Amino acid sequence: MRLKHKDLLGLEYLEKEEINLVLETAKPFKELFTRSVKKVPPLRGKTVVLLFYEPSTRTRTSFELAAKRLSADVLNISSSTSSVAKGESLIDTAKTLEAMKADFVVIRHSMAGAPQILARTISASIINAGDGTHEHPTQGLLDMFTIWEKKGRLSGLNVAIVGDILYSRVARSNIWGLNKMGAKVYVVGPATLIPPRIEEMGVKVYYDLDEIIDQLDVINILRIQMERQKENLFPSLREYNEIFGITDERLKRAKGDLLVMHPGPMNRGIEISSSVADSSHSVITEQVTNGVAVRMAVLYLLAGGDSQGVKR
Amino acid sequence: MSPKKKVIMDAKEISWTIKRMAHEIVEKSYGIKDLVIVGIQTRGVYLAKRIAEEIKSIGKEEIPVGSLDITLYRDDVDSIAHQPVVKETRIPFDITDKKVVLVDDVLFAGRTVRAALDELIDFGRPRVIRLAVLIDRGLRELPIQPDFVGKIYPTTRKELVCVNLKEVDREDSVILEEEE
Repeated sequence: MRLKHKDLLGLEYLEKEEINLVLETAKPFKELFTRSVKKVPPLRGKTVVLLFYEPSTRTRTSFELAAKRLSADVLNISSSTSSVAKGESLIDTAKTLEAMKADFVVIRHSMAGAPQILARTISASIINAGDGTHEHPTQGLLDMFTIWEKKGRLSGLNVAIVGDILYSRVARSNIWGLNKMGAKVYVVGPATLIPPRIEEMGVKVYYDLDEIIDQLDVINILRIQMERQKENLFPSLREYNEIFGITDERLKRAKGDLLVMHPGPMNRGIEISSSVADSSHSVITEQVTNGVAVRMAVLYLLAGGDSQGVKR
Repeated sequence: MSPKKKVIMDAKEISWTIKRMAHEIVEKSYGIKDLVIVGIQTRGVYLAKRIAEEIKSIGKEEIPVGSLDITLYRDDVDSIAHQPVVKETRIPFDITDKKVVLVDDVLFAGRTVRAALDELIDFGRPRVIRLAVLIDRGLRELPIQPDFVGKIYPTTRKELVCVNLKEVDREDSVILEEEE
């Protein structure tokens, strides 16, 4: 069993068996974190470039740690401190990295499709770390790993994604992945933040969380970006919190073993109350740990072959 | 034509051999103090558990057993077609200053043991690491020798030595197959 492509561009392009392989592989990598020496040698001599055109702490450090724990060398390039600021095009930057013999390029970009352009241009393995509102596949994989580890399965589970679905690449990756794994996916939020025709992705839309809260096994809460309020997509943060905020009051009707997830960073008191974030339902800090294990699994598996199934 | 098969150890012989090896381990370690056993995935883990059972009946005390997956420490990741499946490593005890007995089913090139030694040393600094194998089939590519051997059985590269254990296979046996 192996991944069929040299790149990880989105969960839309992975098959169920490939997702399973990543989850199964992440398990032994997570075990490494309990050792005193958390570093293993399989990517020794390989170079991983982190090419971030958008600010990120969590995802970037998670990838950096994952690569370092596999003994790869890591190069950080952020748009503000590089030739990107001097106006170099994405393709020229990519070709420069290829000339330096990078084996992996992890890219975050505000434009959907930027990773696809890189994947077509250079022979290094490209990993999408978030492209516009399109996909954030490693976040989707780590969310699924967290659910799978806690519940022992994904198929048949009722999973709600709550909040800003319109602008969320995390939501899209979760929807693609969870659907393939046989979970039932609901999206919940104000009508202004639900994209039209989202049902075609195989989800059910709800505008009132209380209608389904008692049926849910997992609730994945998205961050409300403060800028959205200025675009008049909802009247006020206080009102958002009233209607869609996850509070102790709202969870009273939920199943006892409901998992509460959040990709971070959280706005406590807006989309999630502080007490819920720190409650026994919450697996938010574990998602961070799992993120490193899942990214190690992705790097390890991608190092193993390209689309022809032969080692480059 | 189907390959020629020959049984080189049957269930009884395997059981006697494990008993004998357990006694040798206790003898060489001068008792069971600080003794821990680590099996290499997959069949080494089952052998390790069986040896530990035997040692328990000799020493009247439980000894810690761990499992080691050496996949991430392999030296051939660049030459195989795709990444091998990573299995569980579980060493839920400190190995520093312990007498570690590393257990595998077949000793061949010695490359697995090399990887296992590197990995074990990342877990701590044992006082001594000894190697126990059920079958030593020769053809070493690295300077590695076992301390406890079930059976020495010299083979050629064309032959295949297959250890079956009833925990994962249908029976206990060691089979020699020859490619025609």
